[in-house]
Amino acid sequence: MKGRVYVAGTGVISAIGNSIPETFTSFKNHTSGVGKVTLFDTVYKDTLPVGEVKASNADLAAKLSTNPNLTRTALLGISAAREAVAASGVDIQKWRTGLISATTVGGMDKTENFFIEFLKDSTRGQLRNVVHHECGSATELIADDLGVNGFISTINTACSSSVNAIALGSRLIRHNILDVVIAGGADALSKFTLNGFNSLMILDRNPCRPFDSSRNGLNLGEGAGFVVLVSERVKDEQKLNPSCIVGGYANTNDAFHQTASSPEGRGSFGAMTKALAMANLSPEKIDYINLHGTGTLNNDLSEGTAVKRLYGDRYPPLSSTKAFTGHTLGASGGIEAVFSIMAIEQQCVFPNLRFETPIPEIDIRPQLSFESNIKVSHVMSNSFGFGGNCSSIIFSAT
Amino acid sequence: MPVYIKGMGNISPQKTWGDDPLLANPSDYSGSKLSCIEPDYGQFLDVKQLRRMSRIIKMGVAAGTMALRHAGVTTPDGIITGTSFGCLEDTGVFLTKLIENNENALNPTPFIQSTHNTIGSQIALLLQCQGYNQTYSQRAFSFEHALLDAILELKENTDQHILVGGVDEITSYSHSLQKRFGIFRDSSSSLNLLKSGGDGTINGEGAVYITLSGEKRKDDTVSIESVLTIYNSPGNDIKEKVRDFINEASLNTSAIDLVLLGKSGEKEGDADLERIASDLFPTASLGAFKHLCGEYPTASAFALWLGARIIHEGKTPAIVLDRESGRSMNNVLIVNSYFEKYHSLILLRAC
Repeated sequence: MKGRVYVAGTGVISAIGNSIPETFTSFKNHTSGVGKVTLFDTVYKDTLPVGEVKASNADLAAKLSTNPNLTRTALLGISAAREAVAASGVDIQKWRTGLISATTVGGMDKTENFFIEFLKDSTRGQLRNVVHHECGSATELIADDLGVNGFISTINTACSSSVNAIALGSRLIRHNILDVVIAGGADALSKFTLNGFNSLMILDRNPCRPFDSSRNGLNLGEGAGFVVLVSERVKDEQKLNPSCIVGGYANTNDAFHQTASSPEGRGSFGAMTKALAMANLSPEKIDYINLHGTGTLNNDLSEGTAVKRLYGDRYPPLSSTKAFTGHTLGASGGIEAVFSIMAIEQQCVFPNLRFETPIPEIDIRPQLSFESNIKVSHVMSNSFGFGGNCSSIIFSAT
Repeated sequence: MPVYIKGMGNISPQKTWGDDPLLANPSDYSGSKLSCIEPDYGQFLDVKQLRRMSRIIKMGVAAGTMALRHAGVTTPDGIITGTSFGCLEDTGVFLTKLIENNENALNPTPFIQSTHNTIGSQIALLLQCQGYNQTYSQRAFSFEHALLDAILELKENTDQHILVGGVDEITSYSHSLQKRFGIFRDSSSSLNLLKSGGDGTINGEGAVYITLSGEKRKDDTVSIESVLTIYNSPGNDIKEKVRDFINEASLNTSAIDLVLLGKSGEKEGDADLERIASDLFPTASLGAFKHLCGEYPTASAFALWLGARIIHEGKTPAIVLDRESGRSMNNVLIVNSYFEKYHSLILLRAC
């Protein structure tokens, strides 16, 4: 395994914007995307806020000139992946190109409606609404849209999925199996996940307050984030001028509980420590940490404890961007990777909205305002999930 | 770089666990689906753990435990799982309750256990394994990519044990739903599926885990040389890719002793696979496996288990063979096809 892996382009769609420039404007203006459910039918429409992408399936399909009957996960993925490929300037047909996506809901947004008819009578329900149920199907649709017919893969390690997709892409390039990898993730909001997290009693009825002592749960979100990774050779031959590299990554398991994190944050501590070791960086070299920071009592205390174990009181600027976007589940690692790269490209850090009072046990004070003109060379992003899956990734300026 | 098989566990529609000789008494099924022959899970899990687990999680955990015990490994360094459908039973339960209760008063347990990574993470939790943990879900590449990842992990650090598996389940919902796509036939004898003509396949399921290491020990008998996935390619390209794949392993096609074809009973797809085999491997033995395990996205994991057992034992059960060459079993190639859109190749060698 050798050589550097460069980030040649990024693309994103979430509650705070349908593109990179729109997203950056929302960050600058401290504009959160969390609000009422408007695009699907649920009894919690008025009580559980979410971070919806501000476009219906029909709007997305019209903008992308594609089939409006695709799953929302695929539509979101196509939007972000196309933006990333266009921004990269890479001719993806010229190289051994792969697509590695991540998703947790796949086509559930369609399946859950199909099931209403299907439950009444197993011969009913339109099959076109369930044909894209599998996680891998969204990836096929994105690959077919981009014209990628080499390596395609999908990872589902719950909310850490997309970081693992970017890590796998980097490894396939470093093992000289692929030259170019479009990697990230996509997840749409669904009644299934909204009710799932609600049944666990970890959804806040107000806009979420990550890392605040009064935090009371997360808000779900949706979206997609992709990066285009390239080898040294592709960078040179295509005369690209990438702003950063994938410096390090790590995947560990907390092995504590199916849904709760260990009090000492052993999985998250392990992921951050191993990613730093791979990037050959000491913790103080990190200029900004994009926290997992869901806003649940358990995650923020556990993650914060791991950050304190690593840094003591001298931690770098850090924030959870989930108060902007909501928790986009399998897409979060991809979306937040794009944000992390944006921090390096724009030399800025993002605010942790709605923070007022530190959690007493850890006393961590996140970044409160959007700040630019500061030196950001190394960014670490955390993504943790159900099943104890913990992943961290580090991007470094070239 | 080859990786070495240290242990295997397989729960399938055949009796593939325990001390039985390889496929000694093949089970024949009628209808359009096969169901796993499950062990007594009390050997692997206590009653309290069992009560909470759905069938796919029990099958996965048990197959994983078999593979580790067989290898003499207590805790692996990483756990990598492939599953296309994930935990369908829990997904179905939660979805049904959500609709029936109009989104009220839902039990969170099936939701928690509905995510695809539940199988791999339950194994990690039981073993307190904090190492690398990954789950792939790319239809009929799910197991292949788990295997590829394991090979990469072992290349990066050979002195590790990685538990890698492929797991998928059939539920009553999934079967009645998939049937509506017209892909299954009603068969009077599953063992005759590939010989009886007609069209359509039979639904299958299974859980296979394998313990792998990059370090060879003297009692190892089978290595995995390489794995390749081919997405959405025309037939001629596939033949060329098979040839390249063998050549990249520094072999000629004539060195292949047995080809296990992923024929499923779909007439056209099966004919394509047979053409590749007769063009490239005219002197090899030919076999098949989906009449034993059924068609499902991670059926290639069953094929890997079968190929490894054949190499280990030096003979191929008659129920597997379409054409016997009389060759000794050193190099076994698995050529899988899943509804002709997904093809994969796995090369096993005696070591």
